[in-house]
Amino acid sequence: MGSEAPSASSFQMLLLLLLLLLRAERLRGAELTFELPDNAKQCFHEEVEQGVKFSLDYQVITGGHYDVDCYVQDPLGNVIYRETKKQYDSFTHRTEVKGVYLFCFSNEFSTFSHKTVYFDFQVGDEPPILPDMGNRVTALTQMESACVTIHEALKTVIDSQTHYRLREAQDRARAEDLNSQVSYWSVGETIALFVVSFSQVLLLKSFFTEKRPLNRAVHS
Amino acid sequence: MAGVGVKRLQAMVWFALLVLTVCAAGAHGLYFHIGETEKRCFIEEIPDETMVIGNYRTQMWDKQKEVFLPSTPGLGMHVEVKDPDGKVVLSRQYGSEGRFTFTSHTPGDHQICLHSNSTRMALFAGGKLRVHLDIQVGEHANNYPEIAAKDKLTELQLRARQLLDQVEQIQKEQDYQRYREERFRLTSESTNQRVLWWSIAQTVILILTGIWQMRHLKSFFEAKKLV
Repeated sequence: MGSEAPSASSFQMLLLLLLLLLRAERLRGAELTFELPDNAKQCFHEEVEQGVKFSLDYQVITGGHYDVDCYVQDPLGNVIYRETKKQYDSFTHRTEVKGVYLFCFSNEFSTFSHKTVYFDFQVGDEPPILPDMGNRVTALTQMESACVTIHEALKTVIDSQTHYRLREAQDRARAEDLNSQVSYWSVGETIALFVVSFSQVLLLKSFFTEKRPLNRAVHS
Repeated sequence: MAGVGVKRLQAMVWFALLVLTVCAAGAHGLYFHIGETEKRCFIEEIPDETMVIGNYRTQMWDKQKEVFLPSTPGLGMHVEVKDPDGKVVLSRQYGSEGRFTFTSHTPGDHQICLHSNSTRMALFAGGKLRVHLDIQVGEHANNYPEIAAKDKLTELQLRARQLLDQVEQIQKEQDYQRYREERFRLTSESTNQRVLWWSIAQTVILILTGIWQMRHLKSFFEAKKLV
């Protein structure tokens, strides 16, 4: 490290300045899971530069029919993406305008089911691991390019693990719901069975009983 | 002479880059609006022994100027983190800008809730607060330039460290997957058992009730001398 010759150090400086300017293109990622109450809408904003590619992945994990409305708006107010009642989707866009982009999830069509929604908003490309690695003059060595390849592959593995985890969470929530529902419905049915059988007997008996001054009306 | 000047300029540029990086880190891309005492909760499903770092920054809405003030001292945010069993892991009050960290000891859904307990907002802000939030989990929480400086690693060693961290995260996630699958299997087997036993019980009850009905009615009609 350091400058052996003045020309090399000034070159390094220029590259540093270039890195400063390119800083805006750094990867920013937000991956959040939040609860969306019924009849509610939640919006998130992010400031994005011009000409940068961003992607939004979202998935509904629990609640109702596992669907949600989503729309994305650019800084000028144009809706660049709108979907209703989607379970999961992925949307990528290259920005034409610099500014604050807005994406909203709406559960306003549902009256009683609150939903859990996961979204992953990625902007730009991944930055180098060290700030000064952006000013490479030479090409990567074999070791380094192997490391980069492995890193990319592991990122894919982590991404697919995330998707698998979300699917599994969804299925597990359904299975646990089913488990408790089976209990409630069985108890309810047993009670209904007793009530109906007793009422049938009482009603039948009332047909064959002499009419008394006090009218015993039995409803089953 | 010129070499010293160049070195000084280089140092200044490095310093400027550092400052700008810090400022950019403080920008915290994503933001949302919350009301006064509104609570916003986020869920993180994580394996155990995973570190989670959250950074937030709040801005208050200025009713007169109709803009968000860049920073407001005196604003407080209360951060509460609950583990999958409902136990509170972290419950602290931070300032208008803060950073919270916790490490999970049980795998599962951890709930991170933020709410403002500032009463000044109702008077001055018109009830709106802008919150910039950034939550990093596991390997994403590592700050590699810092690690490189602390352990004095070369670039290749740092890359290897990053790969090791990623692989460790994958391993933890796979262990967690096994634990989740076991829970799922237990739930399914419990449902299976319940359906089986309740069906048998209901059939038995049905038959017994039918027998009781017939016997009761028979004795009733015999008493009535109709049979």
